[in-house]
Amino acid sequence: MKTFATAGAPHLRAAASVRRVMADVLLALLPGIAVHVWAFGPGLLLQLGLAAGFALAFEAALLRLRGGPVRAGLEDLSALVTAVLFALCIPPLCPWWVSALGLLAALGLAKHAYGGLGANLFNPAMVGYAVVLVAFPRELSQWTGAGLTPPDLATAAAAVFAGQLPPHWDTLASATPLDALRQAAAAQRTLAEIRSQPVFGHAGAAGWELIALAYALGGLYLLWRRVIGWQVPAGVILSVLLLTGAAWLFDAERNPPPLQHLLSGGLMLAAWFVAADPVTGCTSPRGRLLFGAGVAVLTLALRRWGLHADGVAFAVLLMNAAAPLIDEFTRPRIYGHGRHD
Amino acid sequence: MTLLRIPGGLVLPPPPAAAAGPLLPCPLPACLYLPLVQADGRPLQRLAAPGQTVRRGTPLALGQDAAATALPAPASGRIVDLLPLDLPGGGQAPALLLQPEGRDEAAAFAPLPDWQAQSPAALRRRLAEAGLTGLGGAGFPAALKLNHQVRTLILNGAECEPYIGCDEALLRARAAEVVAGAALLARIVDAAEVVIALEDRMHEAAAAVAAALAQWPGLRLQPVPTVYPQGGERQLIQVVCGREVPSGRWPPAMGVLVHNVATAQAAWRAVVHGEALTTRIVSVGGRGVAVPGNYEVRLGTLVEDLIAAAGGYTAQAARLVLGGPLMGQALPHDRIALDARANSVLVLGEDDIRPHAPQQPCIRCGDCARACPVQLQPQELLRLLDGGDLDGAAALGLRDCIECGCCAYVCPSQIPLVDSYRRGKSELARRGAERARADLARARYEARQRRLQREQAEKVARVAARREAVQQEQATAASAAAVVAPGADSIAPGAPAVSSAAVAADNTNPANTASAVPAPSTAMDKSAVLAAIARGRAKRAAAAAAPESTAPPHAAAADGAPAPATGNPATASAAPDDAEARPPAPAQKPAEPSP
Ligand code: SF4
Ligand code: SF4
Repeated sequence: MKTFATAGAPHLRAAASVRRVMADVLLALLPGIAVHVWAFGPGLLLQLGLAAGFALAFEAALLRLRGGPVRAGLEDLSALVTAVLFALCIPPLCPWWVSALGLLAALGLAKHAYGGLGANLFNPAMVGYAVVLVAFPRELSQWTGAGLTPPDLATAAAAVFAGQLPPHWDTLASATPLDALRQAAAAQRTLAEIRSQPVFGHAGAAGWELIALAYALGGLYLLWRRVIGWQVPAGVILSVLLLTGAAWLFDAERNPPPLQHLLSGGLMLAAWFVAADPVTGCTSPRGRLLFGAGVAVLTLALRRWGLHADGVAFAVLLMNAAAPLIDEFTRPRIYGHGRHD
Repeated sequence: MTLLRIPGGLVLPPPPAAAAGPLLPCPLPACLYLPLVQADGRPLQRLAAPGQTVRRGTPLALGQDAAATALPAPASGRIVDLLPLDLPGGGQAPALLLQPEGRDEAAAFAPLPDWQAQSPAALRRRLAEAGLTGLGGAGFPAALKLNHQVRTLILNGAECEPYIGCDEALLRARAAEVVAGAALLARIVDAAEVVIALEDRMHEAAAAVAAALAQWPGLRLQPVPTVYPQGGERQLIQVVCGREVPSGRWPPAMGVLVHNVATAQAAWRAVVHGEALTTRIVSVGGRGVAVPGNYEVRLGTLVEDLIAAAGGYTAQAARLVLGGPLMGQALPHDRIALDARANSVLVLGEDDIRPHAPQQPCIRCGDCARACPVQLQPQELLRLLDGGDLDGAAALGLRDCIECGCCAYVCPSQIPLVDSYRRGKSELARRGAERARADLARARYEARQRRLQREQAEKVARVAARREAVQQEQATAASAAAVVAPGADSIAPGAPAVSSAAVAADNTNPANTASAVPAPSTAMDKSAVLAAIARGRAKRAAAAAAPESTAPPHAAAADGAPAPATGNPATASAAPDDAEARPPAPAQKPAEPSP
């Protein structure tokens, strides 16, 4: 007689792990990062390093505080994903403490206060970004114009660590295209007038549109790897095209074309990475479509009427809050329930 | 005809070549072990005793099902012992130890080559005496399952799990018997439509079946997608018929019956060749065993002996599984007997079972929901069960979970989801049984209260009536009008008459109630007599307290318990509840005070 250790079924498992999922997400962000660096300079690399360092340190400290397994918590790479998403949202020349405070809010407030990985209601990166956006509006608007020669590493380091903005900053600084749009709208100018400004590029906004396309590329990779479903990105993109398309057809003088909306600001990052974050989104397929649509509608509304030029972060957070409710109403019909013949 | 795919499910790598290999013999072992327990956990009624010599097919025990399906001796030989044996799912049962003597003489069952002329009842009787139970894995008595007229009979040739190849091997070797068996089963249940469903990857088996079908017009071959768990009964019906089995019901109620292909073949052997069910094909697989393949195994063979026939364990052997890799039962050791349900024995290697990552919290990725063929939301069930909200989980369909394991297979957080659901389901079943018991007690209590009230009311009425009668007599005497008397008698309402009968019941031995009635019979209508008899019974019962008043609850429990005949045979959870649902023994019952 030979004896064996027993365990519950199933006895085979797919080679899937949280770490793999997160690693795929990080991989999918690489094209976006590359284009970002090309457009806005190597400052982003500094921000990424800072954010990663802060995130890992805070995560370890918070895990220890909560008495969880520190090592496993760090190895699942979820904190790193939060860090990268956060760093991609802020201007590359932001002072270092913005990153520190943002990630403290992201991991402490949004993640671990709710019970850690998987238990958080709000997307940590977006919470962090929203907090610093509200607290430090000036630092969070220090974007350089894409297409100009971006600041080099030394200049960026001086800005990030010593708070020394590059010389001739006022010639370098540039409103984001969305800001420009808002100002234009406020000044009652027509689109044709302002679109001749260099920040607008071909479709959406110089630099930004390429970054957005690179995010979409990464998103397609996640889709192919089945890390995300098609529903959230489809919900976001289709809703944006539909709504802005209608508005644009109605009055092309006042309303930007759909592609410009889609490819500017953080919309693509949100569609493929942030809104598609499983933890804080919906789980049912129909719920995910609705979630995506909701993010799109709220973003457009905030862009039009909100305080900030790009309301993606707030849109995502609002939808995060609504996600449990949406899930409740979009559960698929269980086999053998209802619809009997 | 294009088929819908089941929602979710897993597309797994094709089974290793050996899983689909030819049939291999497993030599008759020195000892066969036959646990005296049926698939639903109830004990079998033993017919044979140690010391007895039996032939292959001699019934050793009878099932407690309505068809009294036999447990035939798998070989000729001598019963040498009755000893406790471990069961695959834990626990023990008494088992007969049969020592084959090698000649393998079969008990005489008359072959019925003229089966088309036999009545369905006669055919069912034959299947029951041949010991035919479902060979698909649930082990439900075939004769019982064939006890319903249905429109569609589906033969399930889609393996129930990946890495199992017993059905495919059978189809390749014995397609003609499978198809003939399908025709036979269709005759028993009067099915108008017979579908033999195979996975679309089984080309060789499909060719064999197609060739055999030439003789049987009216039967149809239907390839189904190779998706796990396509071989699940409900999933197969969903795809073949385009309909879903309503939750909590079983398929014959909607006119569809699913049988495993091996069951059909065994039915054919039993009827046309007069052979009892004594062997089955067992898929042996995994890197922990030397020669994987499909072995034809005598029922009652120990796993140990089968593995020895398959070349023994390899150094990698790390987990022993009875059944498939996704739903199988991990065995603590290999001295476990193979019965008709055992479609597969897997010996998994260390590499197969090592988790890919440490268990993590649920990240709500929804992969499990995407994989669930029942369209549950496994992550929500998990959250509710972890929070102790059993009712919430039940409301989200916990009972509909078929425990297929798709969710746990894909979960990146490596959460043992199915373990949670099993625990939750058995807890639900336990609560259900408890509730049934409480309902029963309450019903009994209320019945007793009603009876007491009624008796009280009657007593009051009786006293009043007696008084009235006395008054009336006095009045009659006083008026001394002889003509009026008969009229008053006939006008008198039922009450006085009843009361006099009741008085009789009160004063005489209850057993004589009936004979005591005739006295005032002239004035009594039929209902009054019946009422008196009923009251007499109630009294007698109350006096004797124990025996009579506990008997009916017993019957009620037997009716109310989730009888396996109506339950889903796949969820064998009915068994323990059944035992629990019985009312407490008469001894514990407080004696009812006489009113
Ligand atoms: S697959 Fe696992 S981690 Fe993903 S939602 Fe389901 S239970 Fe949670
Ligand atoms: S085990 Fe249950 S919950 Fe999981 S996939 Fe199968 S049916 Fe769905």
